[in-house]
Formats: sequence, C-alpha cells, structure tokens
Amino acid sequence: MPTISMNVNGTSVSAEVENRTVLAAALRENLGMTGTHIGCDTSQCGACVVHVNGKAVKSCTIFAVEADGAEVSTIEGQADADGSLNVIQQAFQDHHGLQCGFCTPGMIMTAAALLEENPKPTEAEIRDHLEGNICRCTGYQGIVNAIMAASGQNSAIAAE
Amino acid sequence: MAADGGMGHATKRREDVRFLMGLGKYCDDHTPAKTSYCAFARSNVANGKINSIDTVAAAGMPGVLAVFTGEDFAEVGGNPAGWLINSRDGEPMKEPKRPVLAYGKVRHVGDAYAAVIAETLEQAMDAVEAIEADIDELDAVVKMADALANDKTLVHDEIGTNQCFDWGWIEDNRAATDAAIKAAPHVTTLELVNNRLVPNAMEPRCSIGEYEPGTGDYKLTTTSQNPHLTRLLISAFVLGIPENKLTVHSPDVGGGFGSKIYHYGEEALVLAAAKKLNRPVKWTSTRTEAFLSDAHGRDHVTKIELACEKDGTFIAFRTETMANVGAYLSNFSTVTPTFLHGTLMAGNYTVPNVYVNVKAVFTNTAPVDAYRGAGRPEASFSLERVIDKAARELGINPIELRRKNFIKPDQYPFASAAGLEYDSGNYDALMDALEKRANLDGFEARCAESKKNGKLRGLGINSYVEACGIAPSNLVGILGARVGLYDAATVRVNATGNISVMVGAHSHGQGHETAFPQIVADMLGIDPLSIDIVHGDTSKIPFGMGTYGSRSLAVCGSAVFRATEKIIKKATLIAAHMLEDEPENVDFTDGDFAVKGTNKKVSFGEVALKAYIPHDFPIEFIEPGLEETAFYDPANFTYPSGAYGCEVEVDPETGKVDICAMVAIDDFGNVVNPMIVTGQVQGGLAQGIGQALLEHGIYDENGQLLSGSFMDYAMPRADDLPNFVVDHSNATPCTHNPIGAKGCGEAGAIGSPPTVVNAVIDALQRGGYDVEHIDMPVSPARVWAAMNA
Repeated sequence: MPTISMNVNGTSVSAEVENRTVLAAALRENLGMTGTHIGCDTSQCGACVVHVNGKAVKSCTIFAVEADGAEVSTIEGQADADGSLNVIQQAFQDHHGLQCGFCTPGMIMTAAALLEENPKPTEAEIRDHLEGNICRCTGYQGIVNAIMAASGQNSAIAAE
Repeated sequence: MAADGGMGHATKRREDVRFLMGLGKYCDDHTPAKTSYCAFARSNVANGKINSIDTVAAAGMPGVLAVFTGEDFAEVGGNPAGWLINSRDGEPMKEPKRPVLAYGKVRHVGDAYAAVIAETLEQAMDAVEAIEADIDELDAVVKMADALANDKTLVHDEIGTNQCFDWGWIEDNRAATDAAIKAAPHVTTLELVNNRLVPNAMEPRCSIGEYEPGTGDYKLTTTSQNPHLTRLLISAFVLGIPENKLTVHSPDVGGGFGSKIYHYGEEALVLAAAKKLNRPVKWTSTRTEAFLSDAHGRDHVTKIELACEKDGTFIAFRTETMANVGAYLSNFSTVTPTFLHGTLMAGNYTVPNVYVNVKAVFTNTAPVDAYRGAGRPEASFSLERVIDKAARELGINPIELRRKNFIKPDQYPFASAAGLEYDSGNYDALMDALEKRANLDGFEARCAESKKNGKLRGLGINSYVEACGIAPSNLVGILGARVGLYDAATVRVNATGNISVMVGAHSHGQGHETAFPQIVADMLGIDPLSIDIVHGDTSKIPFGMGTYGSRSLAVCGSAVFRATEKIIKKATLIAAHMLEDEPENVDFTDGDFAVKGTNKKVSFGEVALKAYIPHDFPIEFIEPGLEETAFYDPANFTYPSGAYGCEVEVDPETGKVDICAMVAIDDFGNVVNPMIVTGQVQGGLAQGIGQALLEHGIYDENGQLLSGSFMDYAMPRADDLPNFVVDHSNATPCTHNPIGAKGCGEAGAIGSPPTVVNAVIDALQRGGYDVEHIDMPVSPARVWAAMNA
C-alpha cells in the first residue's frame, strides 16, 4: 500500500493507504481525525469539505494519494491559536447555525472558503455558495445569518 | 425576560462548541480496539424467492471472519410493531414476522439477506460481492391499489392478503357522518397523494456491537433516538439478551426525524456477530443503504370530503386513506397512519361529524413509518387542502371560512369530533398575528408587481392543530400501544453542589444539553453551567422512552421539573435541620433556604454538601444524599397550533415555483429557549417545503427506487428556501404539564405543505387557470402540465 505524507492543520503526518482510499476516509480512519464527516456516497452533501492547498474540496472526491504532499486544513484546525472558536465558528453558535452538528464541519469549511474569496457576500451569494452542502436540521437560515454575521454584515431577518 | 440562562432565555447552545471544533463523537467516530467491519448483501429485486445463498467463496476471501445469512437467525424473534391496531370488524392487524435477515424471501430492494464480517470494511465489501445468491425474481406489488386488488402476488404469503388492517375512526360515528354528508347542502371532494419521503438525517445509521466474554455483557453503540426502547426490543423480542446484560449507547447523533426511533436488524446482527467472533463489529450505512433500508415517511393516497352549509359552517369530514406500510411493519408504522392521523381529522374546527377509514397496505417497498410530524402532516394536508377548495366553491375567503369554524378560546377544554380533548389554544389570535406579520394588506399590490414581471403570485393560508408530547400511558394503552409513554429524569446533586441530570430523552439536534439545565437552574436559582445533562446511555439514565413526537420537553422536561421539585423538598428538610427550625418555616428563593421572617439562611451549595456529610443527621427522618428520580406520565397529549402563510410566484413559462414569503405563527405554550424553538420551526419548514416542492421517494413498477441518491432525490438546498418569519409569542400554555410547554419539533413540517400547495393553486387560479389540485411534490413539470392540460 502506498504511503502518503501531508501537512494537516500545520502538522506533518503520514499514512499507509489503499489506492482506492479517499481523503475523507484517510483523515478519519488512518489519522483518527473524525471531525470530517461522510454523509453520502455521491459527493453531494458536503459534510466532508476540507481545504486542500487553500481550496475547498469535498474530501470524498479526492483519493488520499492525490493529496500526497498537500497542505490540508480540517475542522479540527479552525479554532484560534488560544483554542477559542474562530469568527465563523462563533457566529454559528451565536446565530444557531447548527443543530445536530453533523453537516457543521463541512459548512464551516465551505463558509471559510467563501469569505476568503468574497469577504462581503450578499445573502443570495451565500445561499448559492452553499448549494453543495446539505443541512437537514436548520432550514439554512441560521447558517446564512451566521455567515452574514461572520462577514460583519447584518442579515435582514437575523433578529427573528 | 427571564434571568440569563433561565426559563425563556435564548441561551446559546453549549453543545455547539464541540460540534464546531470537530470534537463531536458520533457513532462512526467510535472504533473500539480490534474492531471488525460489517457489510450487507442486499436484494436488488423487490420481490424474490431465495433458493440458495452460497457463502463458501465469500467466507474464503482475505480478511473475512464470518458470513451470516437469514438461516442463522431463523430461530430468533421478529422485530415487532409497537402498536396493535384492530380492523373495523375487530380482527387484529396482520403482523408478519420481520426477521434480522431476510429468510426464504426478499421483499424489497435493499432487504438484507446476508452479512459479511471482515478485518477491514473494504474486505467485507469485496466479500459481499462474492456471495452467490440464487434468488428468483417474482412479480412485485408497488402501488397500494394494486396490492389491495391482488391476492395472487403477496408480500407475505403466510397472511394471505396485502392488507394489514382496515381501521375506522371513530367507527361508531360512521353512520352519522355518512348521513350528515348525504343531507348536506354542499360537499367538496378532493383526492390527493401525500408523497413518500426519505428522512435522510445527515448522519447515516451506524451500529457497533461489543461482547465481554468474562461477564456476558453486551454493548450496542448505535444511532438511536431512544436507546431504552431499542434495548427493550432487542431483549424482549429479538435476541433475548437479558436487559441487564445489554447496554445501549446512543452517542452524538446526527439527526433522526423519526428514522432512528426504530430498531433495525443491523443492530441485532452486530451484537450476535460480536459474541460469535469475540470482537467488536461495526456497520456504518452508506447513503445508498439509507435510501433503501431506512424507514421512509408519509405515502398516503386519500379521498376527503367536506360537507358544509351554504354559509360555510362545517358539518362533516369523511376520509378514506390507503397508507403504505412497505414490506415489513416498522415499530411505529401502525400507529402513524391511524391514531396519529385519524384523531386529528377535526382540525381546529367545531365540526360535529368526523369519520376516518384507513387501510394499511403491504407493498414491496422499504418500510414506511413515522417521519417528522408522523400522521399529523397527512391530516393537516388533507383538511387544509379540502377547506381551500371548499372556500373557492362557496365563494368565501379562505381565512374567513377557517375563522367561521374555529374553536373559540372560551370553548376549552374542547372535545373534538375525532376523539381528542384539546386543552388550550386561541386560533383566531394566531390568524390575527399571521395577517399582521405576513402583511396581507399588501398582498394585492405585490400580486400586481409580480404580474408586471410576468409571474403569477398566490397566497396560501393554513391553520393546524396537532397532538404531540406522546403521552399518556393509560390512553395509549387503550389505543393499542404495547409500551408506556412516560419519561424519566434523575437529578443528582453532587456533594460540591454541581448537578448531573440523567434524562430519558435523547438529543440529536434539539439542544437538550442547553435547554434542560435552564429548567433546573431556574428552579434552583443556580448557574446553569453547573448543571450537566446525561443522555443516551442505558447504563447511566433511568428508563425513558426517548425523543420523537415533539415529546422531549413536554414529557421528559416535565420529569426533570418533577425530580427537581423533589430535590427542593428534600433539600428543605436538610436546610431546616441545619437552621434548627421546622421545614414549613423554611422558604427557598434565589438559591437560598431561609427561615421566614429572619435572616437565618443557608445556600443550596451548603445544603448539598451537608447531604453527603451527614455527621449530625437525624437519620430516622432524613436519608443522606441528594438525588431524586421522577417518572412523568402526562394526563393528555399537548396541542400546539398555528396559522401559516405562504406567498409564491409561479413562472408560467416553466412552471417553477418560488417561495417569496413563508410566515409561521405558532402556539407552543411556554417556551424554555426561544432560539432553539425558532430553529426547530425553521428546520421543520424546510422539510415541509421540501415535501411540497421537491422531495419524492418514487419506485418504478418493478419496485426499484428511482430517487435513491442525493443526485435523484431533491433535498432542499439553501437556495431553494427563503428567509422565514417565525413567531411563537402568541402562547396559550399547556394546562396539564408543570412547564406549560406543548412541543415544537414537528410543527413546521406539519403546517407548511398545505400552505405551499394552497399558495400554488391560488396563484394558478388568480392567473386564470382552472387547476384545483396538484400532487406533491409540486415540481415545475407538474405545474406546467397542469397549466397546459
């Protein structure tokens, strides 16, 4: 089995994986980083979104061997240096952007990528950007409100 | 406004922190040492006779530890239905055995007939491919009408019919309802389909079995909404493992919506395999397996008639429904289309005659059971659609027609014609609030604006009442439940004053870890952060019935309340001893026990410490310790109600429906955490809108699930939904539980589907199209076809 090396959340790691092992499975099974979730088998749900070399990627769509040598960041690496929630995470708590929490890691990573490329998205842009992430609990409103807040904007209806 | 962290305060959820950091521990995140992995062989035909299953090649594959087939479980018990329903003629329902693994026949696509356990998941999956199953495909029954008409093609040969039961509610009202409809000046009739839905909690099911040979103890870690119920079913019905030798642990669970209430065969299999192999055995569902084998929801075909006077006064509702139960009876499958549906068929109205007939039908499809709302969305959809049609036929404004027939606030308690006693409500106040919050005065102007843009605008209105917080054991026992429906809580005050509260309800998104401490903190006048909730582990919590039917707060929250009352009572005894006075002279306020009219007082923390260091206790009067348990069995269901409004725009070119506004005015009684309640409504609205516009579990004529993945089954996405207006400030407290709470988890999914469809039909009617009904999901293709028929 091939051995891969990656930098995950600033730490160098290596793992022995099968050729068919996807990155999501490698993170969870080989590296024990279970914050990244697997919610489907058709790359639709987005629970497994991580950043690979700075880009948001559904980690079930990329083989672990393809991430050899990559910089990977996951939900476990998102908190601030002092261990407290970062701005996006805090906004999700403040605006009830999660319920069961299963889609949440993917939502946070997707939101982070959005705000990286578009620091002041409109509500419509946020909803459009979340097209690849399914949440069954919240009806998305808390998530949209959280991302608006994390970008320093008030959602029109956030006070409801 | 409540004190920070107490009842009524929008306290931020403490559980969020671990979920946001990736530190949640869901079932699949548990991997005990030496875990082996399980994969299932599942039927790819809807109905088939199993001639033979050759597992020799699979058993010889690398890493394979064991292969099981249905034969290995032929002698163990079946997974039972939780409610016994009798037909109109008194005959008990047909209850064919639901085995751990299919044996003799496979009965739906996805029906598991074999399982492989291997060192790795990949090895197990490879070995499943090597199983040689000789299965003769038989004709399948997929549509309910076909299944009822057919006595040759049977899902279960041994029962000689595809009809599970033919139920009437209330049978004694049948003749009077028939007569009233016959004599009525106006009768509106509507035939409709309540579409099959796939629950699709984002976390797929997962089960891990463990066995300890030294003690004979089993442990099942599983995705369950009710671990004690799962343990009871496995112990008393399926595997016969003594309850005291089986721990069921349901850790962080990624949503349920009903689909994780039930015991499934995979749970029994991993336990049996763990014992045989003396290794932990883990199975995690793929999404494909979830589509094929999780219990689905809804799937009714209904004819409803509304009889009324010319002035719109309701005389009778009569309903004939076929309810699909799929290939096997899942645990709540028989109560969902009957008592959770038929008893709501009087709606919010003073209508004197109601009769409901439900035929439950076996088909070669996945089992159908309670899904968010469970019977009540079906009831509300039928009622509120036919009322809208009647309004049009009678030329009465749909809001006025509803108001004319509403139960009025001075009529409570109100005995509905469908057999329930509503304890409180104020439907006119909710409708008033809706008219205001939805700015209905401005609707005509918005309509004109839409028209200018080439769109058809419509307004849909709905009012609902539901029965939740299920509930009272004596009543459900009479109705056929095989279990009680109380809940339980233990409040354990530790010596240093912090508190563990062990609860029977399970939190899988509902925020119990935050909301339940708000109740206790409010009562004890202490910091909620010194209170922790323990849930989900049968070895730690009292026997509770779990979370479904919007029951956690109304039932288990009330148990928490009662147990805390007992704590206060005992702590008062201890405090009186410490203060050298009589208990009746001691008051408890803001966390302090004080002798009336004096400044002598002790704090709650001092009393807690004394309880565990009872050097000077009068032990004949006071036991050491400060821990109390309450089992709470309510006197009735609770009856949340609401008035919902929806505005849509229909694109006449494509038939696409856009939701412009969705307003939900609900009465949940007293609210503990308004932020959590709002979130519950928003989530319910998304699922209800999903049902109305997008979602459809659809089988072809051979019983193949056509919408079997997220590529084909349209889950609501962020850009399918609007911002919602949610308002639960018009509360009439529940009169029979100590919190005054009614339950909010399902309301959004109950109230929204008819609201959306009413809005679409209104848009088409206003646009000049003579369309009376479109079945859900109201997809662009269906709307366009209706407009161009």
